[in-house]
Amino acid sequence: MENRPLEYDYTVAKMFMLTTIALGIVGMLIGVILAFELAFPSINTILGSGLAEYTNFSRLRPLHTDAVIFGFTLSGIFATWYYVGQRVLKVSMAESGLLMFIGKLHFLLYIVGVVAVVVSLLAGVTTSKEYAEFEWPIDIAIVVVWVLFGISIFGLIGIRREKSLYISVWYYIATFLGIAMLYLFNNMEVPTILATSPVGETAIGNWWHSVSMYAGTNDALVQWWYGHNAVAFGFTVPIVAIIYYFLPKESGQAIYSYKLSLLSFWGLMFVYLWAGGHHLLYSTVPDWMQTMGSIFSVILILPSWGSAINMLLTMKGEWQQVAASPLIKFMILGSTFYMFSTLEGPIQAIKSVNAIAHFTDWIVGHVHDGVLGWVGFMIMAALYHMAPRVFKREIYSKSLMAAQFWIQTLGVVLYFTSMWIAGITQGMMWRAHDEFGNLAYSFIDTVTVLHPYYAIRGVGGLLYLTGFLLFAYNIYKTWVSDKEVDAERLNQSPMGA
Amino acid sequence: MNIAELSAYGYFALTIFLVIVLYGYIYHLYTKKRDVEGHDYEEYSNMALNDDIGSTPVKPLLRDKEN
Repeated sequence: MENRPLEYDYTVAKMFMLTTIALGIVGMLIGVILAFELAFPSINTILGSGLAEYTNFSRLRPLHTDAVIFGFTLSGIFATWYYVGQRVLKVSMAESGLLMFIGKLHFLLYIVGVVAVVVSLLAGVTTSKEYAEFEWPIDIAIVVVWVLFGISIFGLIGIRREKSLYISVWYYIATFLGIAMLYLFNNMEVPTILATSPVGETAIGNWWHSVSMYAGTNDALVQWWYGHNAVAFGFTVPIVAIIYYFLPKESGQAIYSYKLSLLSFWGLMFVYLWAGGHHLLYSTVPDWMQTMGSIFSVILILPSWGSAINMLLTMKGEWQQVAASPLIKFMILGSTFYMFSTLEGPIQAIKSVNAIAHFTDWIVGHVHDGVLGWVGFMIMAALYHMAPRVFKREIYSKSLMAAQFWIQTLGVVLYFTSMWIAGITQGMMWRAHDEFGNLAYSFIDTVTVLHPYYAIRGVGGLLYLTGFLLFAYNIYKTWVSDKEVDAERLNQSPMGA
Repeated sequence: MNIAELSAYGYFALTIFLVIVLYGYIYHLYTKKRDVEGHDYEEYSNMALNDDIGSTPVKPLLRDKEN
């Protein structure tokens, strides 16, 4: 029998790369439509009043957020895990038939989950809890998908050749454990068909419908413990895992301080879980809990900046690479945006600032400079680095990648600057009153003033989407290219002009 | 002392304890510089840099009778 040398097996990584790109396009396209719906409300009924149910803002909004969080980002996390995991543990998935089967099943059930989510949300079936809109049957399916992800992680760790777990693996494990805990507790719900009303009616409503097991303020507390930590364990922890592998690898530079990476890890794990209360400032939750949310949010700057500065210092003495490689540019700007939004978030969590910022567009701006600038840039950079190694082809075009970088950077800048101005204007107008305490403006006054900023935001989003389509094209052309790479490059990814 | 006061003291003590643990960990990392098995923490960066399936692990996991 032929004795071929052992190689890493990227079958499952490749599958998730595909969904990262496909769901990224879907999520961002819906986002752009929503942005223009806010600027030009007639777009809400663009396909006629008969179909308005499916095109209006409120029906599409959860599809946008969930497609970006659970579609694009989660696929990116899975794709990079099935790539990075093998490499830093020095074990191939081809060595275990079971793990390969689990990986493929993981992908297959994930696709089933995605279809169920898209269909149900478009049909208006929702629990109405933000970022937790899925009804109970889908929740159960998602738990199964997550357990399979866990088996993949710990299975691969179980057959590893490298005894120590690289820092990225720690972050992937934290992602798995964190989301598992949050998702289970926040989605505790009772199917209404099992309930009995006060007047004795049974089997109320559709079989798939459910209500939260928590009520009132408790529901809000659990919801924002979940909501905020979904940002922690979906948008921060796994993306830190990604940068800790891909930046050192692409640049050929060892992490500036591995000790700092360990320290930041434990700091982030401890502090993040307490910060969710800042979503409920000036609400009915106990005052001490609000204060605690604010304080922990401010402390959170330390571990976040610990990781981000560690990444920037990794480039010490090698800054010419930032100018030379658009791939490094993505990652350096990504970690800069990470620093930026982890400073902005704590500022917004301070009670006095929050008195203006709460419910305004500034919050939307904050989320987007984090997700577009940090999460999006890092996932795209990771896929660019993976592409030549997975497809064994040179990246199709370096200049296209550079063009994409600048188009998207401009998009992000337009997005967050317009939302800053819009948010603070909005906050100030809502608060303004005359000497007798009568409000100075009505709601429609704010809408009129904000219109230009909403239009600019739409343009910013459109630029980012355009860049993402260039990214998809570049990856596609890499996949089908005939410029094969014989030997894998140790560091800098090979790129065509 | 009622339960609220007790929990407040408990919370304070826990915070102090965790601060000591954190600073103790930092002190340990930066003075010892090596883990219990004598590996310099900074060597672990090589897990990402030398990640070919054939490259030598930083800390190989010894398996019974492999190869």
